[in-house]
Amino acid sequence: MKVTRREFIRDGVAAFTVSFAAPAFLADIARAQGALSRSLVVVYLGGGNDALSTVVPYQDAFYYSRRPAIAIPAGQVLQIGSDSSGKALGLHPRLGGLRTIFNEGRLAIVQRTGYANSSRSHFQGTDIWGTADPNAPTGLGWLGRYLDTLPSPVDPLIAWNTMRETPRALVARNVAVPAIPNAQTYSLSSPNGAAEALNERNAATGMSAHLPADRPHLSFVNGSIRAALSTLDRVSSVNTYAPSVAYPNNGFALALRTVAASMVRGIGTRVYWVQTGGYDTHSNQGNAGGGAYANLMGTFGDSLFAFYSDLRNQGLLNDTLILQFSEFGRRISENGSAGTDHGAGGVMMAIGGTARGGIFGTAASLDPGNPTLENSGADVRYETDFRAVYARVLDGWLGADSVAILGGNFRANAPAII
Amino acid sequence: MARGNWQVEHLLRRAGFGPTADDLDRFEDAPVSIVVDFLVEYQRQPDDVDSKIGQSAYVGITTRGEFSPNTRIDDARQRWLFRMVHTQRPLQEKMALFWHNHFATAYSKLAGTVGALPATKMLALKAGELPGPQGQLELFRQYALGNFRSLLVEVARDPAMVVWLDGRTNARARPQENFGREIMELFTFGLGNYTEQDVYAAARVFTGWNLRNPQRLRNTDPNAYWEFFYNANQHETSAKTFTFPIYRDGTRTIPARSAADGMQDGIDFITALATHPETARRLARKLWGFFVSELEAPDPAFVEAVATEYLMNNTEMKPVVRFILRSPWFLDPARWHARYSWPVEFVIRAIREVGWNGLSIDAARTPLLNMGQSLFEPPDVAGWSLGRDWFSTGAVLARMNFASTLAANQRFNLGRASAFARQSPDDLLASFMERLSPAPYDTAPYHELLTYLQSGAAWPLSDSQLTAKAAGLAKLIVGSSEYQFI
Repeated sequence: MKVTRREFIRDGVAAFTVSFAAPAFLADIARAQGALSRSLVVVYLGGGNDALSTVVPYQDAFYYSRRPAIAIPAGQVLQIGSDSSGKALGLHPRLGGLRTIFNEGRLAIVQRTGYANSSRSHFQGTDIWGTADPNAPTGLGWLGRYLDTLPSPVDPLIAWNTMRETPRALVARNVAVPAIPNAQTYSLSSPNGAAEALNERNAATGMSAHLPADRPHLSFVNGSIRAALSTLDRVSSVNTYAPSVAYPNNGFALALRTVAASMVRGIGTRVYWVQTGGYDTHSNQGNAGGGAYANLMGTFGDSLFAFYSDLRNQGLLNDTLILQFSEFGRRISENGSAGTDHGAGGVMMAIGGTARGGIFGTAASLDPGNPTLENSGADVRYETDFRAVYARVLDGWLGADSVAILGGNFRANAPAII
Repeated sequence: MARGNWQVEHLLRRAGFGPTADDLDRFEDAPVSIVVDFLVEYQRQPDDVDSKIGQSAYVGITTRGEFSPNTRIDDARQRWLFRMVHTQRPLQEKMALFWHNHFATAYSKLAGTVGALPATKMLALKAGELPGPQGQLELFRQYALGNFRSLLVEVARDPAMVVWLDGRTNARARPQENFGREIMELFTFGLGNYTEQDVYAAARVFTGWNLRNPQRLRNTDPNAYWEFFYNANQHETSAKTFTFPIYRDGTRTIPARSAADGMQDGIDFITALATHPETARRLARKLWGFFVSELEAPDPAFVEAVATEYLMNNTEMKPVVRFILRSPWFLDPARWHARYSWPVEFVIRAIREVGWNGLSIDAARTPLLNMGQSLFEPPDVAGWSLGRDWFSTGAVLARMNFASTLAANQRFNLGRASAFARQSPDDLLASFMERLSPAPYDTAPYHELLTYLQSGAAWPLSDSQLTAKAAGLAKLIVGSSEYQFI
């Protein structure tokens, strides 16, 4: 059966062809949308962070009796004082950098964050934190909905995801958030020399401008290609960044370093997404002396402290807010594998030059009958709805309307972290 | 070579990795039923693909010292990719990939727990090539179209899984819930069909499903291995009650058993899960997305028909997949190019269409990482995020750049092969439309390709211009959105 090329092209289809904004024009948009204004850096600890090992209630006898193998000895925690209920608290011994930030008054710790009937599933839980709607774990993300409120045209680099996959929180209706795990490889190569490479790039740009109405899936992929091609040149500018401090050698620190570079270069991004995994510590969690969790805290704390120090040296600290969360806290009692299973309430943190440091909320009492617990005393019950923290960030940092974005008013109980 | 048997091409893209030029010739006039048989009854073709590794007619591999696919993970990746390019049993490799995503197990945690060498063996050891049980991938190949219940039992006692979801330390005193939860949430019927109390009971079911290291060799010794071990001393023997039926008579409680007989708890539980109607439906929905379409939600009639097929056939997968591939849902031309290709599918199809003479499959390894799919390294136990989620900006750049790498590598082969079409841009583009299999182009992007061919070139093309334009065109087509769908 002989086939001609006619069978490969289709005619008369309704389509839009988008015009391409020149890079100079995009930079103008970026400036107009606040290249020099505030940035939000969201840090997600993937797997369900064991909040009781991050912020340790080191005078609670049940903490020790329920965690004989993995409790952190009271003498080794980094004391940060007491919360409003009088519970003495200490940071994990590997969080020395965070204690410094705390002592500088720029680390806000929000205890017992979560929501009613917390999902113990990683995937549903992560989606719920992403959509900020426990009843609707699919659909647009809370940061995506914020991005959708920005006036059009939106700079394609308004947000920057350092992971390969777009997290639920950044899923927007009108903005394709670029995924840039590594600025070094965020470039376009060619099998040919420079002149021919330019021809190819022009062709790819033209092809991706085609948005067929009857094939939205093609339009979607073309949208990604377009967003990539229109951000390449600005992203490459971060590759020459020389940080003011040495960052640890791990993927999380590398991502933070790239974020700092992008801020210093002023390329216009307002929302960054950074994540580090390994928090699903079902077994061999270890204790203060070492082990899996201590390594996680070392990576988390040391990297964040390098980032904080770099931003401080670059004069960017006051324009930056770091917001940390995880999809759930873990079970109070350790399991037989010297680890912890999936639990409920967790801990959030906010760091920034203008963050109001301190301890917000109250720690749970870990005696099994206590009303601060749930699931027959097995898990920590949430006290602060995570959406109240989001509301504070949206209203107080991003200058948005949290009621519209979150679909409800969570301002009343929002901790005053900024 | 001629395109035109569209239904069969669709079948070979979806149930394989796309037809090569030889396949197009071989199946030029073949009816669908014959090709479905070729795919599904794959045991009729020899499983000899590994014997071709290193031979000159096939895609190359890159060795660092000795090629060691049983003990070095990068070599295991090369071997699997090689198999996908050259297998005579494409559906077997395709289903192995499906199960790898379904029972997603990541090398890094295994290596961190037992060491790099035993971890690679756990995932990729080909039976008999070194001491120890076959690797998880070989299990998936063995059960590619086998019985799902049996596969689930094997997975529950698969050393890689027992490390991955921490079963190796699941002990009587304080059971550990990781595997018990995920077997319900991810491997079988999914959220909404169980409670937290069921998770706690499931954790107890699998107490004592541990591992042992029989010879206690150093973990750098190629002979070192771990094997499944039912540790009766660590099995919790009391009765376990669930909110759903465990036995056919509706009984919801697994009875108290002696420790010696306690492994039967897990077999009963797995059987209940595998034969649960919601498991049948969830598998049907997953197979819809894998084989039929990601552009439309599963048709409820399809889900019921496939679920029925699965349950009627006692959880055997072969009749289920055969049913799907011969069904009107699958064969509807509206479903051609209706699935977002996974990075691995994209890479293998591009190699099979553009060419491999002079290419090492190792050239795909880092690009695959950048596209978001490193084999043996899924992001978590839920597997990869499919569909649109493959197409972040960084990932589309990685796809375009792999297209460029491949085109650069094959530029002289492409130039020679298209010399007959050097007279005009129309001829050259038409020749590439015969060679490659993008979804149909609308007029506008098609004219962009013609404009590209005209820019800066004098027609008919000189040899050097032909080489450049052929490579550029291959890159543009393989890197275009139309090519990202299978």
